[in-house]
Amino acid sequence: MSYLRIVLHHLAKDLKLEWRSRDAITGMLFFSLLVVVLFSFAFDPTAAVSRQIAGGILWVAILFASVTALNQTWTRELRNHVLDAQRMAPSPASALLMGKVLANFIFVTFIQIVLAPLFIVFYNLHALGQAWLLLLILPLGTWALVMNGTFFAALGLRTRNRELLLPLVLFPISIPALLAMVEATTGILTGDVDPVLWMKLLAGYCIIFTTVCVLLFETILAAE
Amino acid sequence: MMKKLLWLWGAASVAALVWGTRLALFVAPTEATMGNVQRIFYWHVPSAIMGLIFPYVNFIAALVYLGLRRKKPAGALKADALALAAAEVTLVFVSIGLITGMLWGRASWGIWWTWDERLTTYLLLWLLYVSYMLVRRFSSTGQTHTLAAVISVFAAIDVPVVYMSIRWWRTQHPSPVFFGGKDSGIDPSMMPAFLWCLLGWAMWGVFLLCLRYGLERRRQTIAYNTALRAVEVGLEGNA
Amino acid sequence: MPETTTTTLAASLTGVSKLYGSFAALRNVSVEIRAGTCVMVLGENGAGKSTLLRMLAGLIRPTMGTVQVLHSDADAECSRIGYMSHAPMLYDELTALENLLYFEGLYFPTACTPCSRNAERVLTAVGLDAKLARPVGDYSQGMRQRASLARAILSDPELLLLDEPFSNLDAAGAAQMVSLLAEFRTWPMRGDGKTSAQRTIILTTHQPQLAEALADTVITMHAGQIVNVTERAR
Repeated sequence: MSYLRIVLHHLAKDLKLEWRSRDAITGMLFFSLLVVVLFSFAFDPTAAVSRQIAGGILWVAILFASVTALNQTWTRELRNHVLDAQRMAPSPASALLMGKVLANFIFVTFIQIVLAPLFIVFYNLHALGQAWLLLLILPLGTWALVMNGTFFAALGLRTRNRELLLPLVLFPISIPALLAMVEATTGILTGDVDPVLWMKLLAGYCIIFTTVCVLLFETILAAE
Repeated sequence: MMKKLLWLWGAASVAALVWGTRLALFVAPTEATMGNVQRIFYWHVPSAIMGLIFPYVNFIAALVYLGLRRKKPAGALKADALALAAAEVTLVFVSIGLITGMLWGRASWGIWWTWDERLTTYLLLWLLYVSYMLVRRFSSTGQTHTLAAVISVFAAIDVPVVYMSIRWWRTQHPSPVFFGGKDSGIDPSMMPAFLWCLLGWAMWGVFLLCLRYGLERRRQTIAYNTALRAVEVGLEGNA
Repeated sequence: MPETTTTTLAASLTGVSKLYGSFAALRNVSVEIRAGTCVMVLGENGAGKSTLLRMLAGLIRPTMGTVQVLHSDADAECSRIGYMSHAPMLYDELTALENLLYFEGLYFPTACTPCSRNAERVLTAVGLDAKLARPVGDYSQGMRQRASLARAILSDPELLLLDEPFSNLDAAGAAQMVSLLAEFRTWPMRGDGKTSAQRTIILTTHQPQLAEALADTVITMHAGQIVNVTERAR
């Protein structure tokens, strides 16, 4: 399918760009690490309590790390006005968005893979519920964050105070997803709550907002 | 003509509000459990209801703008003016609803706030519309209308999602019931006060909306005429 | 060329104005550009040359009036338009070839893989080494300008829009660019059934003497309006 091919083409470009400079990944990695350590100082957890709060802390760390990446996700397109050239190409604009979302998704997932063992170590965690479900929740939650985040980063491209506007707009809209992520993760860690309902909510959220973002991307790109 | 009608409407809404408040404070019976503190209900609930209606006006106006902006730019501008007015009125009502709610809660149950589905959705509505106003302020002219309309669409989709998600959350972590009042049915003797206040606030809301809409339309027309003059200047100079 | 009533137009603007708030970048501009010609647009800074080009490229829409480019509305035929602006529109971190291959994939997504030949051909034509492994960010100004031109002509456009292509070039570089453009006009179009299609070039510049050899028509703009249109006898 030619749409998928174009998306992968954009993705390859974004991965190659990141590989050359490694700006975003290093920043995100270090920032997430700092957040995890700081939170360990702020909440000195015993094993039982740590299970209650680890879910929330994990996702807040991921949220902050994502925002640092999202703030500069369109920088290279803006810098030399590459975006103009991309707009002029006949390929659909939403493919550009999806390529970038996939790239950001990969970066954040990479951060999670690095963070997860640290979390387990710092918080002495072991899951009381079905730990394998985390493999579903983490991607869903990450997708929810980067999908909306990349879209709103593009929305704010030509506004003043771009870096301030992104979290201001992104956080309220992400609240249902954040709640679902945290509840599902905590549910798995504590074994108290059935996470499946939250995962369904998260999946629904992802589907709804991915559709809306894809449909409206051309509109905001052409807004002048 | 329209102006006269509008001011009459405004006067009528103030009259309705005054009458309703009088009923609320002096005529309606004292509530059984909460006493006189409950009387804030007559202002709180109508504001809350208005705060849920005006966002829809904003949403529909935003959709109209997105649909019309290429084919009928003049009509689209009017829709955008309506969207802006509705957003500001929403913020006013939601702020009143939140503040009166907090005062009531504190006085009646000793807590300022709880994260149940209604309050959280309400707070989120407020946050979303603040971000809407910020986007309008920070964006460059020309882009403002489109970007704001997109935020409206996101807000409209997000609010029901938030409501459902918090509701599910609350089935697992029950919280103090903050508002028994609206759902559990009010005593018929309280209805007159409630209905008059509701009418007063509704009329007042529409009055504000019309005023703000008129103001924005005037600003748009002035900007458009200035721009037209900028185009024409020099056309006379270069015969 | 004999003037006939059926001369094809590459672009036409009718009563076009572009307003940014209360600032008029273009005022009531009406012009017709014949296909196969090279048009030079002159004017001081702020005259509206760049705005005009961006409008022809389909990147901005007119506030008033209509724009017709290549027999259709400006945004329907984007691959037949090449646009080069002040900014290079290339990724600094990638090499010229990687940049061009990326854009190639956007313009011709269903093409076969060994089409790096096209990208290499275009790079060689503008005088750059296709195998150069340096990222575009490290290029000299002249090289970057040429890489940007390569990107603009990559899609084999019928209409080429160049915004100040000679800026930051020395005399030799500018002369090279002029001969490149003259050559570009003679390149055969990729077979798309339209054998009568001709290449049109519209360029803006502060230095009219550089493009004198190329230009068939000279348009002068001032404060958002066209004040003069001169046809040159060739």
